[in-house]
Amino acid sequence: MDLLLFVRTHLSFLKSWPDWIVYVLVVFVFAFAILNTLVAPLTGISTYIERRLAGRVQYRWGPNRVGFRSLLASLPITRWMARLADKQPFKFLGSKIPGGLLQFAADGLKLFMKEDIVPTGADKMMFKLSPYIVLAGSFAAFAVFPVSHGCSATNLNIGIFYVIAISSLVVPGILMAGWGSANKWSLFGGMRSAAQIVSYEIPVGIALLTTVMLAGTMNMNEIVTAQRSGYGIESAGALGWFAFRYGGLMLIPFLIYFIGGCAEVNRTPFDLPEAESELVSGYHTEYSGFRWSFFFMAEYSNMFAVGAIATTMFLGGPLPPYPVQWTEALFAGMNPNLALILRFTEGFAWFFAKSYFFVLVMIHMRWTLPRYRVDQLMGLCYKVLIPIALTWFVIMCGVKMFRMETTLPRATAAVEAHR
Amino acid sequence: MRFDYVGVLVFLALAVGFVFIGMTAQRIVSRLVRSNKPGAAKLSPYECGEEPVGGTFIRFNIRFYVLALVFIVFDVEIVLLFPWARVFQELYPFYRSVIFWDMVVFVGILALGLAYIWGKGDLEWNRAFRRHLSPAEKVPRPAPRKESP
Amino acid sequence: MILTLAAAGSSWADPAFWVFLAFAAMTVGSAVLVAATRNIVYSAYALLLTFFGVAGLYVFLDADFIAAAQVLVYIGGILVLILFGVMLTNRIHDIHLSNETTHPVTGAIIAGAVFLVLAYVALRTDWELDPRPAVPTSQEIGKAFMGKYLLAFEAASVLLLAALIGAAYLARRGEKE
Repeated sequence: MDLLLFVRTHLSFLKSWPDWIVYVLVVFVFAFAILNTLVAPLTGISTYIERRLAGRVQYRWGPNRVGFRSLLASLPITRWMARLADKQPFKFLGSKIPGGLLQFAADGLKLFMKEDIVPTGADKMMFKLSPYIVLAGSFAAFAVFPVSHGCSATNLNIGIFYVIAISSLVVPGILMAGWGSANKWSLFGGMRSAAQIVSYEIPVGIALLTTVMLAGTMNMNEIVTAQRSGYGIESAGALGWFAFRYGGLMLIPFLIYFIGGCAEVNRTPFDLPEAESELVSGYHTEYSGFRWSFFFMAEYSNMFAVGAIATTMFLGGPLPPYPVQWTEALFAGMNPNLALILRFTEGFAWFFAKSYFFVLVMIHMRWTLPRYRVDQLMGLCYKVLIPIALTWFVIMCGVKMFRMETTLPRATAAVEAHR
Repeated sequence: MRFDYVGVLVFLALAVGFVFIGMTAQRIVSRLVRSNKPGAAKLSPYECGEEPVGGTFIRFNIRFYVLALVFIVFDVEIVLLFPWARVFQELYPFYRSVIFWDMVVFVGILALGLAYIWGKGDLEWNRAFRRHLSPAEKVPRPAPRKESP
Repeated sequence: MILTLAAAGSSWADPAFWVFLAFAAMTVGSAVLVAATRNIVYSAYALLLTFFGVAGLYVFLDADFIAAAQVLVYIGGILVLILFGVMLTNRIHDIHLSNETTHPVTGAIIAGAVFLVLAYVALRTDWELDPRPAVPTSQEIGKAFMGKYLLAFEAASVLLLAALIGAAYLARRGEKE
């Protein structure tokens, strides 16, 4: 769906406005929507989910006090409802509302009210500028994610390459925070973090390169379209996703991407930059209050971005696991506006569910696995992931060549026609 | 085409604006409710509650620098391979397997480099400690203690 | 200069022209800052803005792939290398690491001469505007790599190999010291 065209046809009062104003407006609304759904609130909700899951893993409660249950319990009407809920047919209601749901709102309020500390000896300008760069680098990647069927804020031609490029803005930002804090643990954390991120960018890049090679395009929307069919089936559902193509051979790049992605967002087992036992809390040790929360937001939106890239490049993005035709046939008979909304919702739901699945996996990994040692970390990157990724890239090129060779009669005909 | 990049600009501007508005809001609105009592101890670098020891800025090991150098080499390799991956499918009917072997030579030469520095032990993160010690300096391993019966 | 550009097809009413001016100003201004500031870390971060501005200018030339490669290699690679290099210096004691100015007069003369030559070339050249609509560049670059510039493509990998071995050699020598 072309966003500009869509807005033009549906909002008639915009017709007389110049193209670029409408475009900027549309993208702004889109970006604002992403910021206020996928970045800021999602961070809060993810922290809640992370702490609940951590509680489960470690056999304790996690946040369970500040929440709808206690809030609701104080109101007379809900007391009556709770009494009702205690009655047998409604009993499940009372027990299913999780406690602690408002913990993240309370945390946000706390962060807002905290004292903003800039340590003595810190380079004030560097210290204050760093959150801007880090958040800009991690947020700008969202510009090309296809959040629904053929729907992204900008449909860049170099899609995935742009994502890799713009996320590298984060590294100088992190070094800036480490340097500006004038704290040795911050500086160590910043250096380690930068070294780790740049190292793991290589296997990640090669793994993504494999998908680009198979799809023959870098545009993320076109990569999604390329995953509609597979194994000779026009609309293949989950079988068409790149992770399951070529008899499962693509699972290796997928795995390499995910491992490298975890390392790039500095999550356990790769969280050396903020190893609590060695460095207090890494490059954001000296940050407090709202300024700190921007780093936190960048971390969680980066986690989501890793999930979103994995989803788009390997798991079909907004495509459902069943053949797309099923729902398309369903929507075909409806009012076109309603069908449009339903189609968007369907795509977004699958995109979000798949991407968030990876965030949940990362959270589980954090509370399950011990931390790597720094030499193991670098060894894993340079001695395991890069050689495997490179070899697999060549192998997949060979497989692709073999596939094209077997279907060549058609291709030759195309060449002849071209001439 | 350059029209598409307006979106990128909007995203960057929105992220910067978000941080700016957040910080301004905190400065203005929460002044009423938050505490603001800076003190020498509070503003000193945090080292787990201890007095800070030594200076902050130490000379880092050269391996960080070398790591960045190696990274740039592989980064440029990936940058050069992206256009190749983009056109592999398209150009295959014209060039056949030649285009594949072009890439294999390109990757192969770099793999050779990786194998070389691997074999020379440059990928070992901890090597510095071992190399610096001359045999005389090496602490002899304590003889295994005899278990008393 | 600006007036020449404006006459060459960009109009003041065109918002793209203003964005271009902003990017050009950012590039030049931060480049001046790189040379002018006394704090070496500030120089490095001013360089970030320069690189970013240059990437923006590439976008204006419809060279999208080069723009992204510029951000990836220069900001993600070279700048990090420079920052790591700063952390390696012997004189690193405090946050206000300064770099001294040496030979300001000679430097100014040489820079001024280079500027004059470049400005002369830029102003005297009869720039031709390509009337064809811009096409995505990554595909064209790929085709050129496999066709006209195949040897350069392969030679690049040899160059990278040399860089890799050189880096490893540096590391070994650096550790012995």
